[in-house]
Amino acid sequence: MSFKRVVITGMGALTPIGNDVSTYWKNLVAGVSGAAPITRFDAEKFRTKFACEVKGLDIHDYIPRQEARKMDPFTQYAVIVSDEAMKDAGFGEGSLNLDKAGVIWGSGIGGLKTFEDEVLNFAANNMTPRFNPFFIPKMIADSASGVLSIRHGFRGPTFITVSACASATNALIDAFNYIRLGMMDVCISGGSEAAVTCAGVGGFNALKALSERNDSPQTASRPYDKDRDGFVLGEGGAAIILEEYEHAKARGAKIYAEMVGAGMSSDAYHITAPHPDGLGAYNVIKNVVESAGIKPEQIDYINTHGTSTPLGDPQELKAIEQFFGDHAPKINISSTKSMTGHLLGGAGAIEAAACIMAIQDQIVPPTINHFTADPTINPDLNLTFNKAQKRQVNYALSNTFGFGGHNASVIFKKLES
Amino acid sequence: MSAIAERVKQIIVEKLGVEESEVTQEANFQNDLGADSLDTVELIMEFEKEFNLSIPDDQAENIGTVGQAVAYLEENVK
Repeated sequence: MSFKRVVITGMGALTPIGNDVSTYWKNLVAGVSGAAPITRFDAEKFRTKFACEVKGLDIHDYIPRQEARKMDPFTQYAVIVSDEAMKDAGFGEGSLNLDKAGVIWGSGIGGLKTFEDEVLNFAANNMTPRFNPFFIPKMIADSASGVLSIRHGFRGPTFITVSACASATNALIDAFNYIRLGMMDVCISGGSEAAVTCAGVGGFNALKALSERNDSPQTASRPYDKDRDGFVLGEGGAAIILEEYEHAKARGAKIYAEMVGAGMSSDAYHITAPHPDGLGAYNVIKNVVESAGIKPEQIDYINTHGTSTPLGDPQELKAIEQFFGDHAPKINISSTKSMTGHLLGGAGAIEAAACIMAIQDQIVPPTINHFTADPTINPDLNLTFNKAQKRQVNYALSNTFGFGGHNASVIFKKLES
Repeated sequence: MSAIAERVKQIIVEKLGVEESEVTQEANFQNDLGADSLDTVELIMEFEKEFNLSIPDDQAENIGTVGQAVAYLEENVK
């Protein structure tokens, strides 16, 4: 059997640098940092006192109070971005077979804030078990997909993918495959995360994974810079509407790009550290390019995982050089986490949106905060430092790697008119 | 209206997001005020917290309307 083609027909985003796709994209291209002191909780005693929080958002402008209070923030974010994406996709009355419309969402953690609040409340009340009946349905990671399914009436496959920081990419891959196989016409995919909480920051601090550059939050996320000292925790998410090509064409939909490749691999090495030879990263890049059925030389842009950690950044670049060889210096490479921070399970969603917009506007967003070259990084690579670069972008690749050694990558293609 | 009835009404307005005028004595949480079974469990818990008492499950099952909640609380709150 031949696979069906899959295109992107709608997007929504809620990020530390913009609460909709157009603001997010404008600020990505302009090189705006989303980092600032933490406001979600009192971080005075924490090693890291800043993060990339979503700003200026009144949830109740989007979701009535009675509904919102039954959702963890990661689900509220999912609702907000899915509403934007559905509106953007513009499905007319009767243009959808709801039985063949799905929701495949990604989240690395799920309802962390809800879990924390309930347990703190339990501890504060003499360990008297008075848990809220909405605790479990709010907290479990699949609640975002359940809520979106109910909200949009989608009755096809609906579930969550969990693979740490690769979660949203795995969601996109599953959505892509089910549509390719003809099991769905349309899917709301993407992912969201809301882990800027005391346990989230404290937990990543304990792993020594976060930047502790408290005197300069906006320059803390500096992938590929010699003085990078860890990632900056971000929050938010993005929704991507994937649609079967003929289905989209038949309804005259606006098409952003085609999704053409999906690759996965695992390090099988360590629960948090990347494979020292970048083996999993190499394999996932190889798998995704092969899956797209293109030559390595056709890749124009790579949105890297590039979290700004001392270990992770160079290994991913090593894998890129190994796989692409002479073509590697011709690729625009950037880590937009330099601006958004790291959205964990939501990262793959906002970075897919960045790739799709790079194809739309033929411009590559930068890796900001480059001050000092790292001697271990090949200076011939074009890491798009500090300023966006205009270029032809026909194929864009997005990498995401998660704790547990999960690697997932996708490729988007400019649709020929 | 008793002080207890007033506090009960406020809790219901807050938790179920309904108008004060809808919270009549006869109003049934599920049939009239849009609550589902989880909302009802949460309401009972809120009453317990607000009035610092414990409502046994077999008693809670009989509290389906605003009036039944007020009557139970007026009788049992010390």
